[in-house]
Amino acid sequence: MSEPFLLLALLVALGWPLGRYLAAVMRAEPMRGDRFFGWLERPLYAALGTRPETGMGWRAYAAAFLASNLLLGTVVWIIFMTQAWLPLNPDAIPNMRWDLALHTMVSFLTNTNQQHYSGQAQLSYLAQMTGVVGLQVVTPVMGLALAAATLRGLCGGRQAPGRPPGGVPADAHADVGNYWADVIRATLRFVLPLCLAWSALLTWQGVPATLAGGPLATPIDAAATLKEQKIPLGPVAPLVAIKQLGSNGGGWYGPNSAVPLENPTPLSDFLEVLAIGLIPVSIVFMIGPFTGRRRFGAMVFGTMLLMSVISTGLALWSEGHSASAADLALMEGKEVRLGTDASALWAALTTQVNNGSVNAMLDSTAPLTGLVAMVNMLINAIWGGVGCGLQQFIVYLLLAVFLAGLMTGRTPELFGRKIEGPEVKLLAVLILLQPLVILGFTAAALAIPGLAGTSSPGFHGLSQVFYEYVSAFANNGSGFEGLGDGTVWWNLSCTVALIAGRYPALVIPLAIAARLAAKRRAPEGPGTLAIETPTFALTLIGIVIILTLLQFMPVLVLGPVADHLALGSLIAR
Amino acid sequence: MTDISTRAALPAGHGLLPASLDAFRKLAPRHAVRNPVMAVVWLGTVVTAGATLAGHASAGFGAAVTLILFITVLFANFAEAVAEARGRGQAASLRRARQDLVARRLDAAGRETTIAAAALRPGDRVVVDEGQLVPADGEIIEGLATLNEAAVTGESAPVLREAGTDRSGVIGGTRVLSDRIVVRVTAEPGHSFLDRMIALVEGSSRQKTPNEIALGIVLAVMTLTFLFVVISLPFIGGFVGVQINVVLLVALLVCLIPTTIGGLLPAIGIAGMNRALKANVLAKSGKAVEVAGDVDVLLLDKTGTITHGDRQATAFHALAGVDDAVLRQAALLASLADPTPEGKSIVRLAQQDGAAATAPAAAHFVAFTAQTRMSGVDLPDGRVIRKGALDAIARHVQALQGRVPAELQARVDDVARKGATPLVVSDGRHVLGVVELADVIKHGLRERFARLREMGVRTVMITGDNPLTAANIAADTGVDDYIAEARPEDKLARIRAEQAGGRLVAMVGDGTNDAPALAQADVGLAMNAGTQAAKEAGNMVDLDSDPAKLLAVVEIGKQQLITRGALTTFSLANDVSKYFAILPALFAAAIPSLAALDVMRLSSPASAVLSALIFNALVIPALIPLALRGVRFRPTSATRLLRNNMLVYGLGGVLLPFAGIKLIDMALAAAFTF
Repeated sequence: MSEPFLLLALLVALGWPLGRYLAAVMRAEPMRGDRFFGWLERPLYAALGTRPETGMGWRAYAAAFLASNLLLGTVVWIIFMTQAWLPLNPDAIPNMRWDLALHTMVSFLTNTNQQHYSGQAQLSYLAQMTGVVGLQVVTPVMGLALAAATLRGLCGGRQAPGRPPGGVPADAHADVGNYWADVIRATLRFVLPLCLAWSALLTWQGVPATLAGGPLATPIDAAATLKEQKIPLGPVAPLVAIKQLGSNGGGWYGPNSAVPLENPTPLSDFLEVLAIGLIPVSIVFMIGPFTGRRRFGAMVFGTMLLMSVISTGLALWSEGHSASAADLALMEGKEVRLGTDASALWAALTTQVNNGSVNAMLDSTAPLTGLVAMVNMLINAIWGGVGCGLQQFIVYLLLAVFLAGLMTGRTPELFGRKIEGPEVKLLAVLILLQPLVILGFTAAALAIPGLAGTSSPGFHGLSQVFYEYVSAFANNGSGFEGLGDGTVWWNLSCTVALIAGRYPALVIPLAIAARLAAKRRAPEGPGTLAIETPTFALTLIGIVIILTLLQFMPVLVLGPVADHLALGSLIAR
Repeated sequence: MTDISTRAALPAGHGLLPASLDAFRKLAPRHAVRNPVMAVVWLGTVVTAGATLAGHASAGFGAAVTLILFITVLFANFAEAVAEARGRGQAASLRRARQDLVARRLDAAGRETTIAAAALRPGDRVVVDEGQLVPADGEIIEGLATLNEAAVTGESAPVLREAGTDRSGVIGGTRVLSDRIVVRVTAEPGHSFLDRMIALVEGSSRQKTPNEIALGIVLAVMTLTFLFVVISLPFIGGFVGVQINVVLLVALLVCLIPTTIGGLLPAIGIAGMNRALKANVLAKSGKAVEVAGDVDVLLLDKTGTITHGDRQATAFHALAGVDDAVLRQAALLASLADPTPEGKSIVRLAQQDGAAATAPAAAHFVAFTAQTRMSGVDLPDGRVIRKGALDAIARHVQALQGRVPAELQARVDDVARKGATPLVVSDGRHVLGVVELADVIKHGLRERFARLREMGVRTVMITGDNPLTAANIAADTGVDDYIAEARPEDKLARIRAEQAGGRLVAMVGDGTNDAPALAQADVGLAMNAGTQAAKEAGNMVDLDSDPAKLLAVVEIGKQQLITRGALTTFSLANDVSKYFAILPALFAAAIPSLAALDVMRLSSPASAVLSALIFNALVIPALIPLALRGVRFRPTSATRLLRNNMLVYGLGGVLLPFAGIKLIDMALAAAFTF
């Protein structure tokens, strides 16, 4: 049981320096390696026709983000649908159907990696390396860029050199940074070096890294039906590295890190769990040095840590000790190679961080573990995905500031800027979108016969469907599995959920931050609400629970809770 | 300050019947749609009634749910009606003051014609004599008079108004007690002070404040999300064999949406205006009161605000070799015939210290003139006693071949350094000493400024005094900052500077030269006694002309926000326990194992739903007093305020309904059998 504590200690020990480094990268501070990276970056800036020091207003920033997504998405969609005719396809994998290709493309473009296909059987090496790995590297960085831009906005916009801090004139277009520079710098200086390190570590532990086709093997239990088995290989290690680090989660193999080839040893398991949390935790540590508000960074860290510890503890308890966990009759599908603690730890972290990779099938975990996973994804801000976790946290923060501000008798303000009707309206869009999309699709899939394709009837089937949409909307990508989700309905409805869960959640906080930046800033005095206090942090957690859980309580009761109670009474009998 | 309710036409309990009638009147769709949360409940009532009639639920249960929902809507309407009724009582007495006013208008030639007050236009001149009512708002352009403004302020002590001063404004409906004045009308008919006040207290001209609008959006969104939850539930539940009828769905919806705050929100807004009025502050909009809660800096004039404005003798300082009693006696004699407050205060102080109070019959009093800048007395025995400023007395003494002792200058400086005014007394060609005249600081100001500081409001004193004196007074009163030797334009400049720093500024003023500053400030509190210009420029008028009243306004503004925030939190926190009551009731028939969630052990599913609904309905009238009075506000740090309110309204909001619903359930189970 020491693994969770070791994990936490390492996350903090590594996240702290990485966060400081990341802040320096995002602030474009002079650093060692500038000459080397400048040599790589300058041609890219030239190709994009941008100057990294030129600032953008929030509209230009968001437009650049959306345009880059549209372009990448189109290219990848075409690759998926034409991979049979393209090079690097030693296993002769056919073209993907349009709806599956669309869902797969959107799923990777939104940093979700929800998979309605099996990678080893349905994607060529080229498709894996461009469409999958390429997007896995660049989409988390896009989230990070949006979060950095939002933080700049919340602090009144980027300061031009020489201008005194705090002396930004109120202008409608606060400088939130340069999108291209943010993406390129963070990719080259932060994400790729980390990936390199992790691929090396994983290759050392035995994860395959090759461009050759897979060998044929004769199984020891060879039968007439299966004389030989083709072992699918490929450049797995780099993909696993980025899928873990970049809150991606889409594995080379369909069963993800439950396959020994993706996760051969206990050490590789630990390295992969560590990688899930590493960048999201680093981003939280980045806040302090990046914004110059260390106490604010500490508040975010403390709040997320508290929620994370509670959620992880509940998952470990549920998987190890709850009424519906420990019974031998319920061992179907349990992961026994690494044990249930490792399954629970991974399940908790992968949903907190919106990673979505798995090392055991959630379908077979105790119902309450599934409940914890769903709640993590509904909150989606316990660390959260790279960048998007922080964006979602800022949404909760603004709402908490609004209510808490009222309760302290002042017009609510964040960092001295007032939150008023227009900002609340923008927040309202985000609050409404989540139940509308998740409950709407869940109801449709369950009520219209033949749509759901669940493998289990009753509560568990309900959980499977609900989980799929929660995971899509949260851009998590993990699956409850056991769902026949390769249909046109699933592909298209999930595509909508993926898009609705990604773009508004990233852009609206930026828009709000830019609106706030344009407002007159009041100095923080004794009457202003200090948000860097435990009292406020607990208020924020209360808002998170009220806002998220209350809306989904009936479904959670009908799904995992009923499942748990039913299993419990079954065991008792 | 007199409590305004003492002049309200109706005692508090008497307004309940009309308010109940109003609650029904407000069921009209036109009114209902203005409050989205309660409109949903109202719509739910119609839906349950229809579903019950169509036989979707058992008649008894369906009728009970419909009735409770209907009562919930009525309770919300009632809350608003009660708040309005309170204002209406005040309006009725105000209206009486306006009725049947007649005016004696002067034309250009100075002839008088008697016309109805409603026919007056701005610029008209009217004459008002002793015992008559002022026909319209205006400014005195001739004469001075004492007036009784009780009809407007509730304060029956007469007030003095005079042409050409900062106290020249008169209000229509007030009575002239003495003398005759000529008033120039400044208000359009129907837009007078009284009209505005009547509209405000009746709530008819109430506009939603920015914070209220923002909160309204949050509440509408919460309502809409729960609408999604409830609409999707039968489809999702159908998959696991749970059938839920429409009546139960509506019941769940009404329990989840924030009806408590939704029902009380209008009442809170109206009550805030009423509380301001009760403090005798007339705010021109609800927004002004709310902004007052956000104020960071308060600018005040020293004279008349921090100090009484008239200097009082506080000490005698005899020069070396002069007996104190001699100085006292001389000062007393010199002041006996002095009609100014300063002169009277010297007499009072000297008598306190034991000086005799009579002057010889043949004494000749010399009044103060601008030329001599001295006053005093010539006694029959030839003594010439004078008091005056240092340079005037020095010249006077030297003219009599006297000598000004070197010590005098030091004494005068000592007094000046304390922020007081030195008055030198001489007898013949001998200088006797110095009388210290201090501008007395109003009682209790230090505490009030300390309270403001606790709320995060800095106070800045504006004074014409020299920096030394200003610093002394600042230290005595506990203001945070001061501007010495200030000219009128300095006020405006300071307000602009503070605003440029992002601060919200409140200004208290009364004079015409304060008008630009009052208009520039975010909160301009004008004194009712002040000029019309000042009253027009400010966004609030204090009927008591008490500058420290701003403290009350700030507290009311803060209370408004806190009450809204606290009740929103309470409303949302209630949902937790309501879920525990309703969800098992909803699902337990189809899924028996879910009965484990029924932690309250309610007697039956039907009683669980009804109990939750009844609790939901009863909370509204139970909280009406809180909505009208406002959540108690103590100046303390924002964090402590948040912690207290989260504990009471957040945690309390989670726990209280468990007990409430259980109690109602027990009562229902005892009274009926389900």
